Amino acid sequence: MSLTKRLFLGLTSVVLGSSITACGGGNQSVGCTDCDDQITVGILHSLSGTMAISESTLVDTEKMAIEEINAAGGVEVGGKRYEIKYIVEDGASDWPTFAEKSKKLIDQDKVPVVFGGWTSASRKAMLPVYESKDAFLYYPIQYEAQECSNNIFYTGATPNQQSEPATEFMFKRSPAAGKPFFLVGSDYVFPRTSNTITKEQVKSLGGTVVGEDYLPLGNTEVAPIIAKIKKALPNGGVIINTLNGDQNVAFFKQIQDVGITPKNGYYVMSYSIAEEEISTIGPEFLAGHYGAWNYMMSINTPQSRKFARSFKNRWGNDRVVADPQESAYNMVYLWKAAVEKAGTFDDNAVREALVGVKFNAPQGPVQVMPNHHLSQTVRIGQITSNGQFKILESTDGPVLPQAWNQFAPSSKGFACDWTDSRKGEKYRL
Amino acid sequence: MQLILESLFNGVAIGSVLLIAALGLAIVFGLMGVINLAHGELMMLGAYSTYITQLIFKLPILMPFYNAYVIVAIAVAFLVSGVVGILLERSVIRRLYGNPLETLLATWGVSLILQQFVRSVPLAYGAGLIIALLLGLLLPIVLSKEFISNRYDRFIKLGSWSIATLIGVLTASGLSSSISKIGRASARNVDVTAPSWMRGGIDLWGITFPVTRLVIIVITLISVLSVTWFLNRSVWGIRIRAVTQNRSMSDCLGISTETVDILTFGIGSGLAGVAGVAVSLLGSVGPNVGGSYIVGCFMVVVLGGVGNLIGTVIASFSIGILTDLIGAGRLLTIWPDMPGPLASTVDFFATTSMARVLIFALIVIFLQFRPAGLFPQKGRMVEA
Repeated sequence: MSLTKRLFLGLTSVVLGSSITACGGGNQSVGCTDCDDQITVGILHSLSGTMAISESTLVDTEKMAIEEINAAGGVEVGGKRYEIKYIVEDGASDWPTFAEKSKKLIDQDKVPVVFGGWTSASRKAMLPVYESKDAFLYYPIQYEAQECSNNIFYTGATPNQQSEPATEFMFKRSPAAGKPFFLVGSDYVFPRTSNTITKEQVKSLGGTVVGEDYLPLGNTEVAPIIAKIKKALPNGGVIINTLNGDQNVAFFKQIQDVGITPKNGYYVMSYSIAEEEISTIGPEFLAGHYGAWNYMMSINTPQSRKFARSFKNRWGNDRVVADPQESAYNMVYLWKAAVEKAGTFDDNAVREALVGVKFNAPQGPVQVMPNHHLSQTVRIGQITSNGQFKILESTDGPVLPQAWNQFAPSSKGFACDWTDSRKGEKYRL
Repeated sequence: MQLILESLFNGVAIGSVLLIAALGLAIVFGLMGVINLAHGELMMLGAYSTYITQLIFKLPILMPFYNAYVIVAIAVAFLVSGVVGILLERSVIRRLYGNPLETLLATWGVSLILQQFVRSVPLAYGAGLIIALLLGLLLPIVLSKEFISNRYDRFIKLGSWSIATLIGVLTASGLSSSISKIGRASARNVDVTAPSWMRGGIDLWGITFPVTRLVIIVITLISVLSVTWFLNRSVWGIRIRAVTQNRSMSDCLGISTETVDILTFGIGSGLAGVAGVAVSLLGSVGPNVGGSYIVGCFMVVVLGGVGNLIGTVIASFSIGILTDLIGAGRLLTIWPDMPGPLASTVDFFATTSMARVLIFALIVIFLQFRPAGLFPQKGRMVEA
């Protein structure tokens, strides 16, 4: 008996031990700033916990971009070619961990740049670290803006590059044009800020918002919200959806059951549903509803097709690419271009060189603006039954980013410009 | 009238999800006094069982019976969660009876292990493991006593376990080769699609009743009735209640308390699996699905009165109806010319987030006056 017990204990410790080392084995290479022909960058996303599902796709894309650059000869600085190495750290879906790992990457590994983050909460946790150490973070997600740090470079869309054109489309040109709006979101900073902007915009367009409701994170009981929507929109209308992750599944499954469908005149415009999410929720629940993004997998240009094909070749044929991945892909290439333009890896020189850098991205041409955001093309798509977007509209060219929103009362009339020392983070236009 | 009916239906729908989730806990926590924080993860296993059953029914041979997969899934989920629950009881909880704090920590640890298990082990292999365990535990019970209790019993035991392992391995490799979706480990949430007859709604008296919700109400009803019947009418049910009331006296009277413990925990866990089926029909299935229900479950059991099924039923339906009344802002619709200050207060709480806050606050206040819940256990209890 005692022997089997000991054996069992031994086995357990072996299993546990190996699983622990497997988790800790995330570091692909050790920091190596003295090496002659290598430069190590940091990648910081959640590889475990609730956000791992989404953020791991960014890690995959960033690795792919780095491999592509290396295969094409690496980064050329001062006439010398450097191979890019990376250190992947796990933010573990825990915001203080993001700050802690940032410190580690900056102080211990001495990386010149960190690509990382997804949620606004993780960015807000990392921001003070980068500002106090004067380091540089590249952040790839569409977000609520109202922020403009000298130490962050934002490659995702600002509200005027996603939600504002989408609201205008829904109010003026969608099948539910002129009908009232209902706003649904998860209860945290992005949906609340985004909806404040939408409410002001709908008011200025002359429409009405008949209700808004927020679902606490982790709660999937959507029945009361659906009852409210039915009461507030008896004859159809527009639903603006900023729900998060699996709450979308519960929401879309159940609104279909009670007849809140495009057929009955209800159209949902979602800001967090891309190709990846469509395949999880199931296109049969989403077909006919709308989405707004800078990049959609169905864009039929050589760059877009090449991006999708390389990703499938690298990570498997069943994988899809979506807007956040495209932003992550762009930021690696933009960093490379800025470093080559500056001729050094030094933060301050790269920051100056970055503004004005152009890149022929999968979505079309993009350019870094003085407010550390990107000019991007905006597209409105309708979800089809095969899980893709049918692109209905796209802006004629890239839309300039607004770090401070012009509909939100607190930031109206302000802008950000880091190239002019008298303007900076927030100045009056 | 229509309004009251709609509100009532919504409340019952929300309440029945709470009830089916809390029913297993009402038995495990209520009757055995075990604080099982892994209850949510047993639900998660039930939800994943539904997902795998659904995929198996998509295979060409079983495709004609696809519409019935939910019924099979209920049985599968009950078995899977029940077996895992029994293993949990035998390996961890049994050693900690009488130490509620240690049980709480240990079961929380188990819940983390189970979450990580479904993230990092391919579902096909998980299914194979469960089948091996199921067979290994069942074979000695099924085989006749004479066959086992001879001098070769060790070899027979070994043989039955190796057969079980073999079948488990075969299932795992068979599943992973025929259904590619579950052949690889993935932390991604998966989706259970209800068969076509369960989608959409039934229109009656100007109200749409979603069929999924109706099915969940029926599942809950059947579960509650069978549990009530089992505890009050069956021999083992009566033994369970006897052990609950006075463990040492029951032991003296020849009731095998150990078997009672296994049975109670197994049934409680199995019910968590059934709840997993219900939950998977409403939302998506992921490693964290259980975590979002566990607090609600404890809330319902504590409010209803520990050790009392009727209390659990009434508590979950009242929470459901309150959630709908407050969260959907129905009070204002029912009574439109409410005086100003009251109307603005009601309006303030008419969001899902605030409704949750208000309901928790009401429960806290209620428990100040009735600390033992709605229906406290009466009679002479012997505290363990």
